[in-house]
Amino acid sequence: MVDIPNDLKYTEEHEWARVKDDWIEIGVTDYAQDALGEIVFVELPGEGDDITIGDTFGGIESTKSVSDLYAPISGEIIEINEALLESPEIINEDPYGSGWIVRVKPYDSNELETLLDSEDYSEFIENQAEE
Amino acid sequence: MRKTALYDIHKNNNSKIVDFAGWQMPVVYSGIRDEHMSVRNGVGIFDVSHMGEIRIKGKQAHEFCQYLTTNDLNVVKENQAQYTLLCEESGGAVDDIIVYKFSDNEYFLCVNASNAKKDYEWIVSNSKDFDVIVTDESLNYSQLAVQGPKSRDLLLKVLGTEIDLIKKFYFNFIKWNGSVLIAARTGYTGEEGFEIFLPWEKGPLLWNKLFEDGIQYGTTPCGLGARDTLRLEMGYSLYGFEIDKDINPLESGLDRYVKLESDDFIGKNALLEYGRNGKKRKLISFEMVDKGIPRNGYPIYVNDDLAGYVTSGTLSPSLGKSIGLGLVKSESFNNGEIQVEIRNNMRKARIVSLPFIK
Repeated sequence: MVDIPNDLKYTEEHEWARVKDDWIEIGVTDYAQDALGEIVFVELPGEGDDITIGDTFGGIESTKSVSDLYAPISGEIIEINEALLESPEIINEDPYGSGWIVRVKPYDSNELETLLDSEDYSEFIENQAEE
Repeated sequence: MRKTALYDIHKNNNSKIVDFAGWQMPVVYSGIRDEHMSVRNGVGIFDVSHMGEIRIKGKQAHEFCQYLTTNDLNVVKENQAQYTLLCEESGGAVDDIIVYKFSDNEYFLCVNASNAKKDYEWIVSNSKDFDVIVTDESLNYSQLAVQGPKSRDLLLKVLGTEIDLIKKFYFNFIKWNGSVLIAARTGYTGEEGFEIFLPWEKGPLLWNKLFEDGIQYGTTPCGLGARDTLRLEMGYSLYGFEIDKDINPLESGLDRYVKLESDDFIGKNALLEYGRNGKKRKLISFEMVDKGIPRNGYPIYVNDDLAGYVTSGTLSPSLGKSIGLGLVKSESFNNGEIQVEIRNNMRKARIVSLPFIK
């Protein structure tokens, strides 16, 4: 059973966004961590870096595969989850909680409209499975 | 999509199943690192029934196999196995295989699953001038690889004391559960271990018995993911990565399996020519110094010059370091430092000797 919390927003790259007052927390979904298998390495951007919606800003790797991280919105990285550098497997264990990857100050809150809600993301995954 | 006789077992054990070479195979069970370390420390069992088996029988079986393969079968005795290659006239590799000598009149070949059909057709088309019969027996056999320092103890328990009589890279026929199986002391992991060929439908029976009797050894089911990290730590080639029809065995560090001073074989002239002109490319083995995991296709630079590309790479579970193999221009060697381009950044790496784990 794939976990898709309703209070989060999602992207087709299997990332989630938790919208706070002036910042957004970003991570990868339960579906993503399951597909990747045990995550052994996370490539994080630096605090203060700019990210642009749709561009890659880092990567997640398992022993067999690599997955780029795509920026769901544009903004400035205000915090990175350094715990992931030592223990990348936290993403497998708790993808929506302690497995958060970056916190971003958004430049344009309109970009949030482009994100999917949990129902849309759920449907998206189901359609992928059918292919 | 084909399934091995053990598909239901894999499904019932919640393994992740993927499509590999047209077969539904388990890529991971409990976790690649967990499975990998079980093979390094205890014993792991792999279902490799998707591999191909080809039998060559007849008066000229020995001559034909000698002609077909790059290594020298004249030094191989009955019940001995040999790692070797099938090459095209151009010297490019058709497959890397293991040949088992039953007798001068009968050879048994184990080939990569991804090449099974191609190899069979290749062998048949080259057999016309030889007094031999070539049969594709891939669907007659299940194959289990039992690998790890405790594999011998487990197999002694399940198959009996005859296991102790089999030397490294030899095989024997053992009676078990109403059939005869082939127990070969070979493997793709670098650990002590055996590869067992048995009648297709008996595969699940042996698997279950190995797990039943194997609890005390920490016997772990292993998938293709761990198979890859294990072979990579040893620096073993994987067809399609370190060798293929455009990469000849002399380029990919497999010189010792290519006997240019021995009898003629398909591709010999091309390889002699290649060797005479000085190798253009070479396989290197390296360890990352900067962070990052090298992957197939990533560019390799030596002194800011694009020298080649990564053929295989991973984070080594045993070492906790990122390791890789790559194909580079021969003249680009200097002090053993290279750079691998990972996600648009140049990362430092250094050449190390094989195997990665000592």
